[in-house]
Amino acid sequence: MDYLLKNGRLMDPATGTDEVGDILLQRGKVEALGADLQPMGAEVVDVGNLLVVPGLIDMHVHLREPGREDKETIASGTRAAAIGGFTSLVCKANTGLIMDEPSVVGFVFSRAFRQGLVNVFPVGAVTKGLLGQGLTGFGSLALAGVVALSDDGSCVSDAQMMRSALEYAASVGLLVVSHAEDMALTGHGSVTEGYTSTVLGLEGIPVESETTMVARDCLLAEQTGGRLHIAHASTAGSLHAVKSAQERRVDVSCETAPHYFSLTEEATWDYDTSAKMNPPLRSEEDRRMVVSALREGTVSIIASDHAPHTLEEKDISFQEAAFGIIGLETTLPLVITNLVEAGHLTMMEALAKITCNPARRLELSGKGSLQEGCDADITVIDPSAEVVVGEFLSKGRNSPFIGEKLHGRAEYVFVGGKMVVTEGRLVDERAFSGH
Amino acid sequence: MSLKSKDLLGMQHLTFEEINSVITSAKSFMEIATRPIKKVPVLRGKTVANLFFEPSTRTRISFELAARRLSADVINIPALISSAASGETLTDLAKTIEAMTVDFIVVRHSMAGAPHQLARQIKSSVINAGDGSHEHPTQALVDLYTTKEKKGYIEGLRVAIIGDILHSRSAKSNIWGLKTMGADVVLIGPRTLIPPGLERLGVDISFSMEEGLEGVDVIILSRVEMTEENRALLPSLREYSRFYCLTEERLASAKKDVLVMHSGSMNRGVEISPQVADGAYSVIIEQVTNGVAVNMAVLYLLAGGKK
Repeated sequence: MDYLLKNGRLMDPATGTDEVGDILLQRGKVEALGADLQPMGAEVVDVGNLLVVPGLIDMHVHLREPGREDKETIASGTRAAAIGGFTSLVCKANTGLIMDEPSVVGFVFSRAFRQGLVNVFPVGAVTKGLLGQGLTGFGSLALAGVVALSDDGSCVSDAQMMRSALEYAASVGLLVVSHAEDMALTGHGSVTEGYTSTVLGLEGIPVESETTMVARDCLLAEQTGGRLHIAHASTAGSLHAVKSAQERRVDVSCETAPHYFSLTEEATWDYDTSAKMNPPLRSEEDRRMVVSALREGTVSIIASDHAPHTLEEKDISFQEAAFGIIGLETTLPLVITNLVEAGHLTMMEALAKITCNPARRLELSGKGSLQEGCDADITVIDPSAEVVVGEFLSKGRNSPFIGEKLHGRAEYVFVGGKMVVTEGRLVDERAFSGH
Repeated sequence: MSLKSKDLLGMQHLTFEEINSVITSAKSFMEIATRPIKKVPVLRGKTVANLFFEPSTRTRISFELAARRLSADVINIPALISSAASGETLTDLAKTIEAMTVDFIVVRHSMAGAPHQLARQIKSSVINAGDGSHEHPTQALVDLYTTKEKKGYIEGLRVAIIGDILHSRSAKSNIWGLKTMGADVVLIGPRTLIPPGLERLGVDISFSMEEGLEGVDVIILSRVEMTEENRALLPSLREYSRFYCLTEERLASAKKDVLVMHSGSMNRGVEISPQVADGAYSVIIEQVTNGVAVNMAVLYLLAGGKK
């Protein structure tokens, strides 16, 4: 089925285009853009007053399959992505069975092909079993189709290992994504060290646990000429280290997650385990620095760090509860409400961080733009629709945003020209519910 | 008289008036311990469950005695493994307790916040008998009661809290309680055992006993141990005692009528010298007696304060 989207506000951060017009999706590609396009047999969808943007890309998602299907599956995670407006997601290697071998990557691709609702781009592990002891076969993983390498969930603690990872990855053209955390400084901590950890009586995680590793990895990228991406930056110090490296023309990019510009450590003051994540929520000063780094461009990408957990892993004491929150279904409204409506970013600037910027950094061809010839991955957004957070297609319920009133919803989502979301609902619930 | 919340979870949110209610009630319950029949029918027909996820003898017995003297039925549930290890969620635990129609649950837990998480989900009153390094409100109430008894007032007193402040839940509770009652607080200990962010609470910090004890009216000691978590924070107990053990010599820096208390079990020779522990300024044994009365007061006030 081909589609003609009529009278939408076409916004393409890749080109800066912002005009009212039509867009024709044919044979899975963007066929044409312009005024008064003819359907030529395509189904016409009136998208007047809605934003038509490149399909959103989430470059930091934990799909859990294979191995932890009790937390999330490729089927449930991609449905959550679609309803959240994402047409592509990048899934991390810390699945139950670690993605450190081409065969596991192949499994994820085949599952995604049969049961996935959106495009799935796997990340390969940097070290075997994420144990930090020996490098995985980067070349073989690249041939299997991984778009980046990361031990995310764990830090590559050994500096020599990280250095050679950056060197080796550069030779096969892959980006290395750093989960920057000094495990010794983190200890058994579960909230940011300072007033919060003292008053809650919990062991604290100092901001330096993140900051020192970000600084180390920037220096190693500078030395090796490797391509580095900093995941989930949350501290003023990390952003300072990245900015200074970028000024020295080190090839480093940086992402943050919606909770780091939306919440502070105060959300943990009543021991709410759904506000426990790693890195932990920080001070108001850090939150402001994240916002200003988003504005300046030091942070070019926003990613959810979608980390679903079971109830049993969250409904326990704060220190024992698992780190992580779900985010695929709240990222778009949080970006619109807390960055665009709050006046920190224009809609175009905000969209760039979840469309063309991750597409370029990951070198995903045909993604992240509305230009003719690009893949027909399209998200149609009603930026003023009110959403009350509470219903999820993800298997996880671990969100600190439940009950919040936000603005912005994906009304229509097209993946490769196929309509998967219409009027804010999945097109065919049944097709993806059973497997 | 009563407490505003159904639970007693910490000193952080108790008001001046609530703390005074506990002190006043405790004073009237003290008298019961001197009677030949040490029992009043205040909580007849009520059930108190002692749910201890961490071994404790003193606190459990003190609560058990308090409940029995108020004529309540007492059950002791030693649940020495945490929820995570047993696979039981806090919701499961809450529902189980609720199903037994227990009126009061006294919880000791090694994990900070566990009593709060439990209290949110049940109608019974939850009393925090110590959660991780967070709070131990009844110990602070005992220390406040003892101070008031001995000094006649709390406001304006200068109180030194000495020891492993970072891991001491009693110290945290005492800081909140003393500040609410208008006392001046100075924390003394090695820098690595003083937690960060305390400047927001308006307390003084000193790394020297001689300097910190100057002009102090009350001293509250906390237990110092060589635990695994202190491995990178404290060189040795010998090093600690050399600089921070409360000796008669160091006591001379404090006021002449200084009161010495200890909010746990003593580690003689480490944080306190035997001469001071057994000396004229020490009210450590009285604290234990007062503890039963304070726990009676807490149960009584949570039950609504009606005799």
